[in-house]
Amino acid sequence: MTAPKTLYDKIWDAHVAHEAEDGTCLLYIDRHLVHEVTSPQAFEGLRMAGRKVHAPDKTIAVPDHNVPTTAGREDPAQMTEESRIQVEALDKNAKEFGVHYYPVSDVRQGIVHIVGPENGWTLPGMTVVCGDSHTATHGAFGSLAHGIGTSEVEHVLATQTLIQKKSLNMKVEITGKLKPGVTAKDITLAVIGETGTGGGTGYVIEYCGEAIRDLSMEGRMTVCNMAIEGGARAGLIAPDETTYEYCKGRAHAPKGAAWEQAVEYWKTLFTDEGAHFDKVVTLRGEDIEPVVTWGTSPEDVLPITGVVPSPEDFEGGKVEAARRSIEYMGLTPGQKLSDIEIDTVFIGSCTNGRIEDMRAVAEVVKGKKIKEGIRAMIVPGSGLVRAQAEEEGLAEIFEAAGFEWRLAGCSMCLAMNPDQLSENERCASTSNRNFEGRQGYKGRTHLVSPAMAAAAALTGKLTDVRELV
Amino acid sequence: MEKFEKLQGIAAPMPLVNIDTDMIIPKVFLKSIQRSGFGVNLFDEMRYNRDGSEIPDFVLNKPQYRDAEILIAGDNFGCGSSREHAPWAIADFGIKCIVSTSFADIFFNNCFKNGILPIVLPQEQVDVLMADAEKGANARMTVDLEAQEITTSDGVSIAFEVDAFKKHCLLNGLDDIGLTMEKADSIKSYEEKLTAQRPWV
Repeated sequence: MTAPKTLYDKIWDAHVAHEAEDGTCLLYIDRHLVHEVTSPQAFEGLRMAGRKVHAPDKTIAVPDHNVPTTAGREDPAQMTEESRIQVEALDKNAKEFGVHYYPVSDVRQGIVHIVGPENGWTLPGMTVVCGDSHTATHGAFGSLAHGIGTSEVEHVLATQTLIQKKSLNMKVEITGKLKPGVTAKDITLAVIGETGTGGGTGYVIEYCGEAIRDLSMEGRMTVCNMAIEGGARAGLIAPDETTYEYCKGRAHAPKGAAWEQAVEYWKTLFTDEGAHFDKVVTLRGEDIEPVVTWGTSPEDVLPITGVVPSPEDFEGGKVEAARRSIEYMGLTPGQKLSDIEIDTVFIGSCTNGRIEDMRAVAEVVKGKKIKEGIRAMIVPGSGLVRAQAEEEGLAEIFEAAGFEWRLAGCSMCLAMNPDQLSENERCASTSNRNFEGRQGYKGRTHLVSPAMAAAAALTGKLTDVRELV
Repeated sequence: MEKFEKLQGIAAPMPLVNIDTDMIIPKVFLKSIQRSGFGVNLFDEMRYNRDGSEIPDFVLNKPQYRDAEILIAGDNFGCGSSREHAPWAIADFGIKCIVSTSFADIFFNNCFKNGILPIVLPQEQVDVLMADAEKGANARMTVDLEAQEITTSDGVSIAFEVDAFKKHCLLNGLDDIGLTMEKADSIKSYEEKLTAQRPWV
């Protein structure tokens, strides 16, 4: 009998195309997602070397980082010259190399990590890579998914493989039930608060436990999306009925007999009893509160009921980092987090730009108005999410409350398009990074769940959503 | 790719922890479709005022560190995005080796693709190198990849670990894609097996 394996072990073993004596492997890649920022140099490299894309049918490209989110964006004048060149380069490369492509004009266009699952490209047991760190999102399906650099993008385009060494196994278990008002975003931030941004370095995380099982696919994607913020190569959740239900009928999911065959295989994708994990972290679902970040690292997480810490609360290099963060964020140690006034609310991104996130916001703001003077923007993760939100009447709720209802893209998550914070502008954001300058030069970001962002829009300050519903 | 064999150069100290890729190269500079020219914007928001003038306190603006080729950095260097523009900017500036207690995974891999050697050492040894780097331009360190050894200006030697395959590629400036293409038969036979076993892929 073979030794018990983790889910990661199983997916890894199923994708090794070649293994050298020192353990360096060629890992076969089932899906390669491509966007406009990290791919132009890779396609250019292929062109220079006279190489082709090895498996264009497994390669899916979509522009997302640079695209404007306002109406009439087909007009090139809406983009800066440099952004336009990148988007046009992707148009050209997709055509020349014959890969699947969703241009800006296609209703299916959106953030690459939302487009992949939505169209059935991402399926359980696959290996998925993209020149983007938030590729971890796709781990929600029980697929091994991680970000790669541009040299590796070129390597995958040319060979459909990656040179890899296996990571260690880490288990993150969330036991029990979540309390009302606590969401997948709070889980993933709470885990990073516990482990630190370097805590997952060298590991692939498998998230498990009742609170994870209870999540929808949208929630699971939110959890896995931020595995990278904990330093892990990838985050995984074993597929189950929730996963199959989500995948069934998607455009590129298998049909008929192939579907039955696929599900039969997917049912083997779980961690065997007694399999070894190199590190285990356990949180009680009941202990997780709605959280916010106070600093400039995703590990700077506290419950909304807390106060801004003091640099002296930390040790080692973190003392100086915390001092710098507090100054950058314009906060005072001891200040109540729920007293922090905000200027802007951003709802969207590959972390929280899915339909369930839109519904969560609508539930909080329905029939209410956002606080006067607050700039509040909702950017759906894809054209399909936008269409569904409109069909469900959510867009009307948002606009009646005073939100701007935008077209799909990465938008203010990383502010490569015109959606940016100005100096010292403070934002409650459903995105994934609160780094210095992330949402705009000297902009100040507080990471929160969609429900918490909605609450902040109504009150004009960081707010415990439980007080409003 | 340029070979990395032995380097003797000035080391600059950057003790701040969690230096992320947005600090290394802010996104406004990711719009180029070239691989070169990013060095001038390395650490842009820490290095320059809004009007483009230099911030004198920033380590790489200090006269003694302007020609640094080695960076001694705080924990979890390179966390954040997968942008290879980060190592491109570092290499373009002239830095060829970074030492820290830990690196973010994707950044670490990206370095090796660009002739940069990232070295992981325990805190005590990073502290020794940080103190040496604080001495300024006269403190020139030597990094010998073949021997896997760093020597400080005082002659203190510190051994380091590096993956054998990555070392081989760096020492010889090898192109990964060429190496992988030599294994085309393995990839082809894997694909045949895949078609039989998981046809929906």
